[in-house]
Amino acid sequence: MSGYVIRKPGRAGLPPAFLFLAGAFVAAWVLVSLFGRGQFLSAANISNIFVRSVALGIVAVGQSFAILGGSIDLSVAHLISVTAVMASFIMQGDPANIARAIVVVAAIGLGVGLLNGLIITKLRVNALIATLGTGLFMQGLLSTSFQNFAGAVAPEFEVLAYGTWGPVPIPVVVLLGVVALGALVMHRTRFGARLYAVGGHAEVARLSGLRTDRVLIGAHIIASLSAVLTGLFIAARLGAGAPWVGQDGVYDLESIAAVVVGGTALAGGRGGVLGTLAGVLIFSIMDSMFNQLGTGAFLKQVFRGFIIIAAVASYSVRSREEVG
Amino acid sequence: MAANSASPRQGQRGGQPILEMRGITKRFPGVVALDGVSFDVRAGEVHALVGENGAGKSTLMKILGGAYAPDEGTLLLDGRPVSFSHPWEAQRQGISIIYQEFNLLPYRTVAENIFLGREPLRRGLVDYGRLHRDTAHLLARLGVEQWIEPDTLVKDLPVAHQQMVEIAKALSFSSKVLVMDEPTAALTDREVDLLMGLVRQLRDEGLAIVYISHRFKEIFAIADRITVLKDGRKVGTVDASEVTPDDLIRMMIGRPLDAFYPEYARPEDIGSPLLELAGAGNDVLDDINLTVRAGEIVGVAGLQGSGRTELLRAIFGIQPFTRGTMRVRGQEVRVRSPLEAVRLRMGFLTENRKEEGLALLQPVRDNTLLVHRALRPLLARADGVLSVAQLTGRVDLRAAGLHQEVQYLSGGNQQKVVLAKWLAVDADVLLFSDPTRGIDVNAKAGIHRLIRSLARSGKAILMASSDLPEVIGMSDRILVMWDGRIYGELPAGATEAEIMALATGQRKGGRSA
Repeated sequence: MSGYVIRKPGRAGLPPAFLFLAGAFVAAWVLVSLFGRGQFLSAANISNIFVRSVALGIVAVGQSFAILGGSIDLSVAHLISVTAVMASFIMQGDPANIARAIVVVAAIGLGVGLLNGLIITKLRVNALIATLGTGLFMQGLLSTSFQNFAGAVAPEFEVLAYGTWGPVPIPVVVLLGVVALGALVMHRTRFGARLYAVGGHAEVARLSGLRTDRVLIGAHIIASLSAVLTGLFIAARLGAGAPWVGQDGVYDLESIAAVVVGGTALAGGRGGVLGTLAGVLIFSIMDSMFNQLGTGAFLKQVFRGFIIIAAVASYSVRSREEVG
Repeated sequence: MAANSASPRQGQRGGQPILEMRGITKRFPGVVALDGVSFDVRAGEVHALVGENGAGKSTLMKILGGAYAPDEGTLLLDGRPVSFSHPWEAQRQGISIIYQEFNLLPYRTVAENIFLGREPLRRGLVDYGRLHRDTAHLLARLGVEQWIEPDTLVKDLPVAHQQMVEIAKALSFSSKVLVMDEPTAALTDREVDLLMGLVRQLRDEGLAIVYISHRFKEIFAIADRITVLKDGRKVGTVDASEVTPDDLIRMMIGRPLDAFYPEYARPEDIGSPLLELAGAGNDVLDDINLTVRAGEIVGVAGLQGSGRTELLRAIFGIQPFTRGTMRVRGQEVRVRSPLEAVRLRMGFLTENRKEEGLALLQPVRDNTLLVHRALRPLLARADGVLSVAQLTGRVDLRAAGLHQEVQYLSGGNQQKVVLAKWLAVDADVLLFSDPTRGIDVNAKAGIHRLIRSLARSGKAILMASSDLPEVIGMSDRILVMWDGRIYGELPAGATEAEIMALATGQRKGGRSA
């Protein structure tokens, strides 16, 4: 028994993932300076790292909610494709349709999240299977209806991907806004407190009078809506949506990886979105470093796998030491 | 509580019950947990609920709290029928329950646990300042504010303080009925006194309190009425002032205590030492010296957190000893993993049979051969060599057949399968931890007879139990633990009072074995 750990109320504290982030940053800086082309610390490159993080970062924030609640969402990649395609299909390049497109895809996201949550809580289907099922269902519908890029987003809509706000790219503002909102919901709302409880121990939460089903459904709606936002961002960046954009980005597995590298327990109940942001940035820094070092894509993957295992193993060893 | 301040204390004896349960029946696969039980409690009264483990007390309270739905029977609150399909509904109606198992989230703070789901809000966001202040007030009302900080993580609190947090949580609802399920199981005497004072204070404020305990001292100190359950049936409700502890025991077990347990070991049963520890310790245990001989049952008593279960876990190599010596059958050994323990022919049976003892979805046959196969991985033919039927016969298993999945067996029969599993590898040092927890009374007696007959056949048995009558009734010698050490040894038939004096660290006694 060590001394009591006093935690500042209402604040998450900086998660340990930021140590890895700092390590990755320094490692990339040193390696690129020694062996790479170009400058690692240039404003352009730092900005590039953030922009690279946006698509994955937004959906990973939503995934954090699902995982924190002890669930998981494998349908996000397919929902991203559905969103990107539907948004550009509805817009057809006309700014007058932007609002309509957004309303439609948001409604789809809401419906998918609700459906995922209901299947998991009411039909008691394992989350992995439930969301795999809804994802395949969506992808099937989408692929039969669309074979290629469909329609086009309005040029005004591309601001979401290419605009700047002063010196700061709009997508970075969006990502940081989503993270801030996610942190606010997790740490400063009743819903957040309930989510930690449900993920930490569902039966304790139930006996404490929480309606755990509602909390999980809420978490899945958030996960789906974040996938919709990522889908919109990708459509804005590509100028149109195609039915493979989500799966090409491997957003399902990558978002889960970012969440756990960020220190959220896969079993739920511990972690938070700030860690997830760190996880996403670690991936982007590695990508950027390997590009500047001219390393091949496969070696990149090897390292990514190594980082995921190393990070999660370090958390696991730490928490075992706490118990011992 | 405000809603209740109108019902003053003087009305209690003849007063209307605030809560009434009528003819409650609850069945689980293989066992009738409750059979037509009626129970009521009045405002400003402490109503004790007693009965042996498995008598149905906790099940009754889970029904009251909305965690289980009854199969038959009705609940009346203030004379109105109610039914709860979720704990949330029971809470909203003013029923708070402190369950026996801890119901706190270890990685959340004290304040976050107490006001879970009801955090105070300001402009839609959780108001942590007020959450902190409200928690501090509540802790001050319990008189525990000097020990417990609102912002401490629950996992960092000692068990007794976690219990206080549970009570604070129950009080934070404006409850009319407060149920406490063995609230003192993990507390020292001083903490028990504090708790008793608190219960009296709440009773005087007009709360109706249901108090479940095994400890007669507490029950007679605090209860107005006592209801006795036995085997899922109600034996009766009596005024505490009109009965003696002996009357209660007779009501609880239906016969004198000594008729209930098998005989102790006879001198000729005792053989050579099979398990010896000298100066053994690890990070939670220290200076453990003990000997268990063939043919005897050595009991280990101690409060939760005393190191009782940790001792067995260390011997079995789950959290191994890091110092001292251990001998099995006279040979000095080091056990660093359960596999090494199994190879030395030790067996371990715990109360968590579903998690630690059995593969629930597999049939009796595979479970019985589980360890055997682990030791000899290629023995696909083992089933033929080893007679599973003989093994299950030896433990008197009642199952539909060897192909029945063990999840469908009753708790008592599940434990018998675990035992058969160890008999299959001829384990002769058997470690038992709460072997009859959650098992109904008749099955329990069967397990006790079985354990004694195993001892008679030359096994050395070390049995830790949280159930004092069981320790007293079964053990040929009793080791009492406190604070990770063996605090004393008592002979067969020691009294509960003797054990508790050692277990609460008030007296260090007996010889160290």
